Amino acid sequence: MDHDDSGAFQGPLDGNSAAGLLQEVFVFEATSAILTCAGCGAAGPIGATRLYGGAMGAVLRCAHCDTALLRVTRTEIGIWLDMQGARSLLMRDAPAA
Amino acid sequence: MPETDERGGGGPRLLWRTAQVREAIDETPRVRSLVLDVPGWTPHRPGQHVDVRLTAEDGYQAQRSYSIASPPEARHLVITVERIDDGEVSPYLASEARAGDRFEIRGPIGGYFVWTEALGGPLFLIAGGSGIAPLMAMLRHRAARASKVPALLLNSARSVEDIIYREELERLASRDDGLEVVHTLTRRRPAGWTGGTRRIDRDMLAELGIPATERPRVYICGPTPLVEEAAKSLVALGHDASLIKTERFGPTGATHGS
Amino acid sequence: MQDSPISRGFRGRRPPARNDRVPPGQHLTEDFPVLSAGPTPAAKLGSWSFALQDGGSLLAKWSWQEFEALPQTEVTVDIHCVTTWSKLDTHWRGVTIDTLFEAAGLDEPPEAFAMIHCDGGYTTNVPVEDLIDGKAMIATHYEGKPLAPEHGGPARLLVPHLYFWKSAKWARRLRFLEADEPGFWESLGYHIYGDPWREQRYAGD
Repeated sequence: MDHDDSGAFQGPLDGNSAAGLLQEVFVFEATSAILTCAGCGAAGPIGATRLYGGAMGAVLRCAHCDTALLRVTRTEIGIWLDMQGARSLLMRDAPAA
Repeated sequence: MPETDERGGGGPRLLWRTAQVREAIDETPRVRSLVLDVPGWTPHRPGQHVDVRLTAEDGYQAQRSYSIASPPEARHLVITVERIDDGEVSPYLASEARAGDRFEIRGPIGGYFVWTEALGGPLFLIAGGSGIAPLMAMLRHRAARASKVPALLLNSARSVEDIIYREELERLASRDDGLEVVHTLTRRRPAGWTGGTRRIDRDMLAELGIPATERPRVYICGPTPLVEEAAKSLVALGHDASLIKTERFGPTGATHGS
Repeated sequence: MQDSPISRGFRGRRPPARNDRVPPGQHLTEDFPVLSAGPTPAAKLGSWSFALQDGGSLLAKWSWQEFEALPQTEVTVDIHCVTTWSKLDTHWRGVTIDTLFEAAGLDEPPEAFAMIHCDGGYTTNVPVEDLIDGKAMIATHYEGKPLAPEHGGPARLLVPHLYFWKSAKWARRLRFLEADEPGFWESLGYHIYGDPWREQRYAGD
């Protein structure tokens, strides 16, 4: 991973790029957790979602239907989390490889 | 797991730690590795990254993410940074920073794009440019553990001079322990070049890659177009999508908006 | 925040704010950075439309052709992104919200608040008084050229006196609201109004 800001938008990144921010929210390592999309029902690890939002926050979208699964921002008063686009979040006891 | 501190709710939080540059190693004309001392660092897993935060004298801060290039077995943490000329953080890390300089890092971060020896193989690594860094952590880990897991690195670079870790990769590939390294050069090739001669595409993956029937664990890291082409092609060649993990590079827009 | 060590020699890429046109905490950029909350929609002008709605009822709707035939306005304005860049003297062409209301036969806006709805589901809320009297337009051209998709083309809201996330890309619908409601970023910690001169970046500022 080597993210710098040349100004040119090159499309979304992978959800694992948001791992630092997610680790401020969750007690488990979030990128391996399985999100089920409320839009299309597809399930997959957070690390395989599409990341948008740039410096304003993390908007993780379903790789299949673009539904905003999970949104996180950090503001001066704390961290905001919205998961309206996710039907469920599964944290396996033994993280699947 | 990263070290945590306790908040009101009892959750864990990543801590910013001060890293000090021990050594700066020029890998290519545009790429530099920084060897870091980080007191209190928690061992990482190969493929994880760190957040780096720089602070100017007036308090202005800029934050970016960089993959860890060193294996967990190494004594010091290494990040490898490509200089983006109009970037904000990479010119500092890849040109300005020298031994003794300090900045903050937090991590290790991520658990999805991770390979450890215990996961087994075969291991199929596909890199573009400085995307090789997290994959190098995997190969260095594999070597440190004397693992014989079959492994293939398919690495795309502009020219021979732009191949990051070139000599070390030659040494690793000559250990005869099941690692094969193939470079493909997209812009300039020396006379008598026997490696790849174009961008990574479906035909190249079919010809040189580990076949889908062997169910390799695939890790792809590099610029977005390379990652998308490789991932799409591998699925078309019959690879199980759940065994393919990707990490796209791109501007995070950490100072940009709207 | 804990004290961070100074990174010797790091200054950041920030030309100094050189005049009183730059709000507090902002720096000038010559680029036009792109930030998106979602994928860039494929622009299909044939099926494009822009609608005015009051609650659930449709007040007016224009096809691309009809929209382009409305009286056009050109403006030169400064824009300010909450992620701290500002860009001076940007030049836009489009249809002012006043013109749209007039074309829809509205003497008075029916409500005091509005939500802008966009392709891809993005929303942002703006008080109606911040949209009228020449303060805002639906912009279709930037620097003399059709607005590029990554910058919100074919049409985006331009409301330059507020932080730029309010200038919603890929705008398709203006819906009047009786009471203010938070949009996409406003519901996730960003300020409900977003005045750069009062540095209203986040909820509570």
